Amino acid sequence: MNILDMTAVSLAAAIKNKEVTVKEATEAVLAQIEKKEDTFHCYVTVDREGALRKAEEVQKKIDAGELDGPLAGVPVAIKDNMCTEGMLTTCSSKILGNFVPTFSSEAVLNLEKAGAVILGKTNMDEFAMGSTTETSAYGVTKNPWNPEHVPGGSSGGSAAAVAANECFYALGSDTGGSIRQPASFCGVVGLKPTYGRVSRYGLIAYGSSLDQIGPLCKDVTDCAAIMEIIATHDTKDSTSVERKDREFTSALIEDVKGMRIGIPKDYFGEGLDPEVKSAVLKAAEVLKEKGAIVEEFDLSLVEYAIPTYYTIAAAEASSNLERFDGIKYGYRTEEYEGLHNMYKKSRSEGFGAEVKRRIMLGSFVLSSGYYDAYYLKALRVKALIKKAFDEAFAKYDVILGPVAPTTAPKLGESLSDPIKMYLGDIYTISVNLAGLPGLSMPCGVDSKGLPIGLQLIGDCFNEKKLIQTAYTYEKARGAFGRKEDK
Amino acid sequence: MAKQYETVIGLEVHVELATKTKIFCGCSTAFGGEPNTHTCPVCTGMPGSLPVLNKQVLEYAVAVGLATNCTITQYCKFDRKNYFYPDNPQNYQISQLYLPICRNGKVEIETENGKKFVGIHEIHMEEDAGKLIHDEWDDCSLVDYNRSGVPLIEIVSEPDMRSAQEVIAYLEKLRMTIQYLGASDCKLQEGSMRADVNLSIREVGAKEFGTRTEMKNLNSFKAIARAIEGETERQIDLLESGEKVIQETRRWDDNKGESYAMRSKEDAQDYRYFPDPDLVPIVLDDAFLEEIRAKQPEFREEKMLRYKEEFDIPEYDIEIITGSKHMADIFEATVALGSQPKKVSNWLMVETLRLLKENSLDPEDICFSPENLAKLISLTDAKAINSSVAKEVFEVMFKEDIDPEKYVEEKGLKTVNDEGALRKTVEEVIANNPQSVEDYRNGKEKAIGFLVGQTMKAMKGKADPGMVNQLLKELL
Repeated sequence: MNILDMTAVSLAAAIKNKEVTVKEATEAVLAQIEKKEDTFHCYVTVDREGALRKAEEVQKKIDAGELDGPLAGVPVAIKDNMCTEGMLTTCSSKILGNFVPTFSSEAVLNLEKAGAVILGKTNMDEFAMGSTTETSAYGVTKNPWNPEHVPGGSSGGSAAAVAANECFYALGSDTGGSIRQPASFCGVVGLKPTYGRVSRYGLIAYGSSLDQIGPLCKDVTDCAAIMEIIATHDTKDSTSVERKDREFTSALIEDVKGMRIGIPKDYFGEGLDPEVKSAVLKAAEVLKEKGAIVEEFDLSLVEYAIPTYYTIAAAEASSNLERFDGIKYGYRTEEYEGLHNMYKKSRSEGFGAEVKRRIMLGSFVLSSGYYDAYYLKALRVKALIKKAFDEAFAKYDVILGPVAPTTAPKLGESLSDPIKMYLGDIYTISVNLAGLPGLSMPCGVDSKGLPIGLQLIGDCFNEKKLIQTAYTYEKARGAFGRKEDK
Repeated sequence: MAKQYETVIGLEVHVELATKTKIFCGCSTAFGGEPNTHTCPVCTGMPGSLPVLNKQVLEYAVAVGLATNCTITQYCKFDRKNYFYPDNPQNYQISQLYLPICRNGKVEIETENGKKFVGIHEIHMEEDAGKLIHDEWDDCSLVDYNRSGVPLIEIVSEPDMRSAQEVIAYLEKLRMTIQYLGASDCKLQEGSMRADVNLSIREVGAKEFGTRTEMKNLNSFKAIARAIEGETERQIDLLESGEKVIQETRRWDDNKGESYAMRSKEDAQDYRYFPDPDLVPIVLDDAFLEEIRAKQPEFREEKMLRYKEEFDIPEYDIEIITGSKHMADIFEATVALGSQPKKVSNWLMVETLRLLKENSLDPEDICFSPENLAKLISLTDAKAINSSVAKEVFEVMFKEDIDPEKYVEEKGLKTVNDEGALRKTVEEVIANNPQSVEDYRNGKEKAIGFLVGQTMKAMKGKADPGMVNQLLKELL
């Protein structure tokens, strides 16, 4: 078997069995990056030397018996909004074009402890604001299924890198769908964990109350294995929750008998592409055949999710991004007169259009006189959305629906109409607003040859139900993957 | 007849809490240190860093709230106050607006006009900013983040004060309460306590408040009193000449004795406050409040009453000693070691206050231990050293907290009790000073003083003057 076709877990097993060395795996994936980057452009930074050096270190530890985890020695790609000590971390923004962090994010440290070899940093929408990875200051990432299409976003570089075999798995972050939607567009598995499950320490914040780090990977088994490594309690993050139920791989069970699966009718209304609709409903049928109890229900308030999300996320972002001012690090304008002019010019030149749009939107909704009407109201709707999900989870174990209304759009189609782009997040953002876990996995290919994503939503800290359902469906569905154009 | 005006004053008092570490990270709050050495990614606002609340800050804030009769907010939150300035590394300050930790308190103050209550509107927790250093020669500004993230509480009073005396009494009351709690050393000069004065005037009897100004840069009680007088006069002059008071922030220049406008209300920024999503809401249960309540110390008023009953020392001494928790602690601990209260009090009231004054120190700076003071007192009680040696030893003790027993031993300062040696010296002095001897014998009682002095000098101060006196009389 070609090394590149291996999943992360199978590669680690092969390394453990001395069938493959860490160096061989790293070199193979670096060669693939070299070969494919010109076309797909998944990475902002590739750390070739660092990866090869790390590969040797990890190999030694494996040989010495110091490392034998399920992902030891497996090369990984990290979204460029997670701090990596000594490695450029740009958030795909000009304003952080020279920013090298002095510490690594907790999730990255956990991976390193487990023997991960970091290949580099993946491209994204600037500061995770966007759904196509086209707002990056460092070029557009292409969809490996068809380079004329976007990979989705904002974790588009991570999803595309997994799909293009430019890494064995990747970390992404999801504030409104930024893991699940690119996973769907690129035909890979992506999980947004429950809010508080994975430490946000070292993740450069977009919408702090919604952001969550999660895996993008080749299959559900990898997903569970990665989660076991990154889902830790971290006292450096006040929102990190201490949980004992972390043995996600124990949920890799091919059984959904009696599992109650709810299908929100609201997720199948106007705007949903018929091909996406039929593929998702077909997946539901498969689970039903496997013994799940599948029924439709009304999940109200879906229509309010988008304005609520854009109010809260933009408000938090407008404050989170204030620190990028050209004073201590990052981009500073060449010429300026006085402090305020320096702020103004550095930020005007350093941020892209979509980031500026959201900073303005967020500043507006927090302004005195508007705070109650917009921000507070959005918080109230957020609470109502959470309540609607609580009611749904009283009846169902898992909610099933599409990830996005369509498959990956063509490059350049989305940015011209931001409202339309925002509407594309309709099925993913409620999950962030309610703090729930959501999993995205491929369930078919449309007539254009682009993958279709299935979304499974669970109750808070119920990732295991998602993994069990996803694993059962994956087994029934059979192999899925892009045919590598050799 | 000229109009009668009344001054209406409310205070915003910032107090730096005495925690060892900062409010949202583990960095030291110690003063000094090279610039940016007490810093980490959190207090320099580096991307990806997150704040975690220091529990001690919460405990101090609740303790101050309980001591000032506030209602504690049992579900409280931190908010972000957004504004751009380089001393603020995130360009937002983590503070409290919507649900401050304490509300609706009051403290009793006493002035020559009697007792009254001053209401406390709220107390909130927040982080301090860094320090900008402007280099005039180099055309650049530098930032030191050592103070960034040092915990503060801001105590906002109601506009209940009517004079500088009341303001000073209120500040003294707060300072004493907070020092007794150990929550801060409250030093105005060093900035661990800072007061901004909101002041307006109105005609006596008026119900509405006048337009207020906020005065900043007040570094001592004297400056506060002067600023209040100055601002009251300025506002009266404005009104008397038919002008209006403008709502603005003013900066007091204590050297010139005048203030100037910093910014008007029109320039006021919109801080876009909103709850900080990086910090979870703080839920305080009754048990926590009870725990803090149980730890409240004996405050000054209670202590004064007890001292009156327990110790036979003047009321004036009690007032001075209890005026500093630290001094009161030293007093009580020394007495507990067996020293006579009056003697302990004397050392504190005379030599300690003198040395504090000479060295421009606060009672909080006293560094000698009760053990050493007790030893010094027992050395004098046993007449092992005389009082001038004792003062000498005390000066060293005041500086370095030396063990007086060891010190006296090492330096050979013990009084010579060997009567033979002393007698020999006295005989020599008598032989060498025939004139004084004769004066004394001729009835000039005072002449003996000179002879005692000569003997002490010959003994290098290590004799008991009483004993010398006695011997002289005997030999003469």
